[in-house]
Amino acid sequence: MVVCERDGPPAIPAIDLVLRALADPTRRDIVKVVLHSEQSVSALARRYPMSFAAVQKHVAILATATVITKHRHGREQLVRANIDALRRANQVFDDLEEIWRGRVARMAEILTSPELGVLT
Amino acid sequence: MTVMTIEKDIGTHTMTITAEFDADIDRTWQLWADPRQLERWWGPPFYPATFVDHDLSVGSIVTYYMTGPEGDQPHGWWRITAVDPPNSLEIEDGFADEHGVANPDMPVTHMNVALTRRDGGGTRVAIRSTFASQEAMQQLIAMGMEEGLREAMGQMDAIVAQ
Repeated sequence: MVVCERDGPPAIPAIDLVLRALADPTRRDIVKVVLHSEQSVSALARRYPMSFAAVQKHVAILATATVITKHRHGREQLVRANIDALRRANQVFDDLEEIWRGRVARMAEILTSPELGVLT
Repeated sequence: MTVMTIEKDIGTHTMTITAEFDADIDRTWQLWADPRQLERWWGPPFYPATFVDHDLSVGSIVTYYMTGPEGDQPHGWWRITAVDPPNSLEIEDGFADEHGVANPDMPVTHMNVALTRRDGGGTRVAIRSTFASQEAMQQLIAMGMEEGLREAMGQMDAIVAQ
């Protein structure tokens, strides 16, 4: 199997974790919020109609996937987005896009090729 | 002139490609309906596809294989789930073993193709791919990466030659 060499061998499991983490709408929303500004876990917990523990779990999944980073500030746990990990997730789609760009370019070539055009 | 847009949604694991061609809808439909034309675009030039069974009717299984530069021949299959020539086609696309038997451990992609007539002539083709899961998408990219890498290498060659 051919794997993405661009980011070195560990990139594939990392992307898998990132995509899994982003498959949940609450977690996607958390990422959106902390992309704009750093937030404490308790401030995040107030945003969602679920328990503090549930939000904490979502934050932990995002942290494991390295989509966000957590650090202590006094008594608060602050969360911020990790832009590099998000870029890697996007890379997955970019690779698929490249495959389809090739296909569409070949379709266009066939449609303008006179020798095949007369077949129809 | 081909205009193309690509929309990607990580959350719902779908990717929609829209391309506009000058050819009319019947001509454009032949890209799918004629296996010899399909072979010319499905795989990249260094990984050409050969379609073995090709019948675009509902329930039919289309089989194909690709031939790599090392002589490797990965097999694939389509199951036709809906068809309305020359307007639309819905298929499931999966992997098969060397005898063309579907491999249940490999991801299946749902593909929805819609052709529409453009005002003033030409055809718009929208291809929506829905991946079974994030993991499936990941696996597919790992298998299809070859093309991206080759293209990147070709571009590098061109730059070096300048």
